[in-house]
Amino acid sequence: MADMTLKKYPMAEQAPEVRNKNFGEVALGYTAEEAVAEAKRCLNCKKPLCVQGCPVNVKIPEFIKLVAEGKFEEAYRKISETSSLPAVCGRVCPQERQCESKCIRGIKGEPVAIGRLERFCADYHMAHGKNEEIKIEKNGHKVAIVGAGPAGLTCAGDLAKLGYDVTVFEAFHVAGGVLMYGIPEFRLPKEIVQKEVENLRKLGVVIETNTVVGQAVAVDELLSEEGFEAVFIGTGAGLPMFMKIPGEGLSGVYSANEFLTRINLMKAYKEDYATPIKKHEKVAIVGGGNVAMDAARCAKRLGAEVYIVYRRGKEELPARAEEIHHAEEEGIIFKLLCNPVEILGDENGGVRAMRCVEMELGEPDASGRRRPIEKKGSDFILDVDSVIMALGTSPNPLIKNTTDGLEVNSRGCIVANDVGKTSKDGVYAGGDAVTGAATVILAMGAGKKAAAAIDEYIKSK
Amino acid sequence: MNKILEKRVLTPGVVLMKIYAPRIAKKAEPGQFIIVMPSEKSERIPLTIADYEREEGGVTIIFQTVGATTMELGEMNVGDEVFAFTGPLGKASHTEGVKKVAVIGGGLGCAIAYPQAKKLHELGAEVDMIAGFRNKDIVILEEEMKNASTRLFIMTDDGSNGNKGFVTNKLEELLESGEKYDEVIAIGPLMMMKFVCKLTEKYGIKTVVSMNPIMIDGTGMCGGCRLTVGGETKFACVDGPDFDGHLVDFDEIIRRSGMYRAEEQKAREAHCNLMKMKEEA
Repeated sequence: MADMTLKKYPMAEQAPEVRNKNFGEVALGYTAEEAVAEAKRCLNCKKPLCVQGCPVNVKIPEFIKLVAEGKFEEAYRKISETSSLPAVCGRVCPQERQCESKCIRGIKGEPVAIGRLERFCADYHMAHGKNEEIKIEKNGHKVAIVGAGPAGLTCAGDLAKLGYDVTVFEAFHVAGGVLMYGIPEFRLPKEIVQKEVENLRKLGVVIETNTVVGQAVAVDELLSEEGFEAVFIGTGAGLPMFMKIPGEGLSGVYSANEFLTRINLMKAYKEDYATPIKKHEKVAIVGGGNVAMDAARCAKRLGAEVYIVYRRGKEELPARAEEIHHAEEEGIIFKLLCNPVEILGDENGGVRAMRCVEMELGEPDASGRRRPIEKKGSDFILDVDSVIMALGTSPNPLIKNTTDGLEVNSRGCIVANDVGKTSKDGVYAGGDAVTGAATVILAMGAGKKAAAAIDEYIKSK
Repeated sequence: MNKILEKRVLTPGVVLMKIYAPRIAKKAEPGQFIIVMPSEKSERIPLTIADYEREEGGVTIIFQTVGATTMELGEMNVGDEVFAFTGPLGKASHTEGVKKVAVIGGGLGCAIAYPQAKKLHELGAEVDMIAGFRNKDIVILEEEMKNASTRLFIMTDDGSNGNKGFVTNKLEELLESGEKYDEVIAIGPLMMMKFVCKLTEKYGIKTVVSMNPIMIDGTGMCGGCRLTVGGETKFACVDGPDFDGHLVDFDEIIRRSGMYRAEEQKAREAHCNLMKMKEEA
C-alpha cells in the first residue's frame, strides 16, 4: 500500500542567511530513509503519465519501485538506461512542468518528488557504485559532436552505447557547456558535472577540448577529411543580448554570461584562481528568467545588495518558482513592473545609477503574457554601481557562417526537424542551437532523438 | 598536447614562444588570435598570433610579462605544456587587393603588425612599415620587419636610435611628402591607434585597427569584449579583432580596458610574492 501522505517528504537545505554567503550546494539531498519513504508515495500507475512528461523518458515508476525496495544501485541503472546525466537532471530539471506535473498524486496534494529521488539515486551511485567494466562492441563508424553541453553529451553517450566511435569537440577548456559556465555551483556542483563527463569517457567517448569548430576546423572538413560519417551540432545559444540603451558600454555593465562565466567556469570567487571579479556594492540584474536568478544569487554571495529589475509582474516571471523562492529567501530585492531606460556613469566610466520607469500591464501580447506599458512620467533613479543584463541569448553564428548549405531561420537558429535532421546531409542539430535558449532537459531530449536518427542514417547508408 | 617548442626573450619582459598546436597552425591567418591558459587556475587571455608554420604545427605568440597570467606563461620553458591553447579566433585581416599600405606598429603591437605586413608583402603590395618604441633597447623583430616591408622606419620616443618621434610624426611626414596609401593598418596601444586614426581621417585614408579588449571565451559568448563601432555594439572576438578605426569609439574602450586595473595590480603582486617565496625556499 502506498504512503498516502499528501506532501512530499522535505529535503534538507542550507538556511538562507547562511547559504547566501557561500557557494556550497543549497539543497542537500535525501537520506536513504527519506528516499525510501518518498518512493513509497508512488502509486506505480499502470499507465505512467510521468514518463510522458519526461523528454528523455526515464522509466520513472520502475526506478522509484526499486528505491522503495532499497535497491538504490539498481534504481540508478534503471534511470541510466535512458538518461546520460541523472545527477544533473535530478537537480536542474523543471520537474514541476514535466514529470511531476503529470503525477496523479499531484491532483490531491503534492506529486511524488521524482526529481529528488532521481538525484538521490545518482548521488548514491557516485558515492557507493562499483566501477563496472563496460564492454561495448564497436561498430567501426565515426560520429563527431560539436559542443560538450547537455545536448552534445547526451547524443555522445547514446551513440557510444550503440558502438560508435564518438569525438566531442568543445571550445572551452572543460566539457559541460552551460552546466559548467552558466549554472552556479550552489545549484549544480561542478564536481558532479565532471563525474558525469567521466562516465561518458568510460563509454569510450573522446572529448577534444579547446577546439572551436567553425574556426579551427569546419563541419565540412569533419565530414570530408576527418572521416566522420555524421555530425551533431549542439552549440547552444551563447550570444548575449543587450538592451541598446545608453550607458551599456560603461565598465560595471556585464552580460549575465560574462558574470556567470567568471564565477562558475573561471572560479573568480576563489582566491587561488586568477580571473578577476569586481566587488560591487549594489547590483541590478535586468531580466526575470532562471539566468537572472542565478546571476542575482551569485552577486549576493559576493556580498552585494541585489535587485532583480523586471518589466512585468511577479506572475509573469519566467524563472522556475523554486528559483524565485530561493532568491527571495536569500534577500534579493524584486523591482517588478520596472524597466531600465538609461545607465548613468561616474567620472571614471563606471556605473553610478540606473534610470528606470514604472510599468503597468496591458492586454496580452503574442506571447500570451500581458504587455508591459510605460507609465508616463514615472522615471526614478535606482542607485547601483553595477548592472547585469540577463535578457536572453541567441545562437552563436560561427557554425552557420562556416557550413555550406546549413539552413538557419531569421533568429539565427539552425533549422532541424523533430529528430534533429538539418538541411545538410549527415548533419544533425539539437538543443538551444535549434530552439533558442531553453532548458537543459529539452536539449538532452533533442540530443537523444538525434542519436537515434544518426544511428538509423548511418545504418541505412 | 600544447607543448612549448621554442622560447626566446626578445628584450627584458618581452617573450616569444612557439607552441605546438597543429589544428591552429593549419588554419591561422594574420590578424587572428588565440586564447591561452598557462595552467588550470589561470585566466583565459587573448594573444594575437605572431606567426605560424603549417607543416610543423607551430604557432608563435609574443607577449609582455605585465600581468599575473603573462608572468606565469613567461616562466614556462621549452618542453612544458600549456593547459589550454584555443584558436584561431576572430576574423582574418583583409589583405586582398591592397597595393600600397602603411603598416604601423607600436611597441608590442609590432608583433601583431608584423604578420600582416609579411602577408601583404608576400602578396606583392608595397609596404611601408613604421614601428615605434620607447627607446632603442626595447626594439623587437627588426630583422623580421625589415624582410616583410619595402621600407622600414623605426621611431623611438627618446630618439636613442637616431629617429626621435612618434609613429604619427613619421606617418604625417610621409603623407606630407606626397605618399599615397590605399590603406593604413595601425596596431598598438589604444592611444596610439586613436591618434593615427585622427591623422588619417584628415587625409581621408581608410584605416584598420586591431582591438584586443577584455575577453573570456573568445567565441562571442561573454560579451566582455564589446565596443562601439559606428554607433553599434560589436564583439571584438567574432566581429573583429580588426575594425574601421575611424568608426571606433576609442574613449569608451580606453575606459573599459582599465576596468580591472586594481585587481590586476593585486594579482601581479600576489604572483611576485609567490615567486619570491619559491626562490627563498
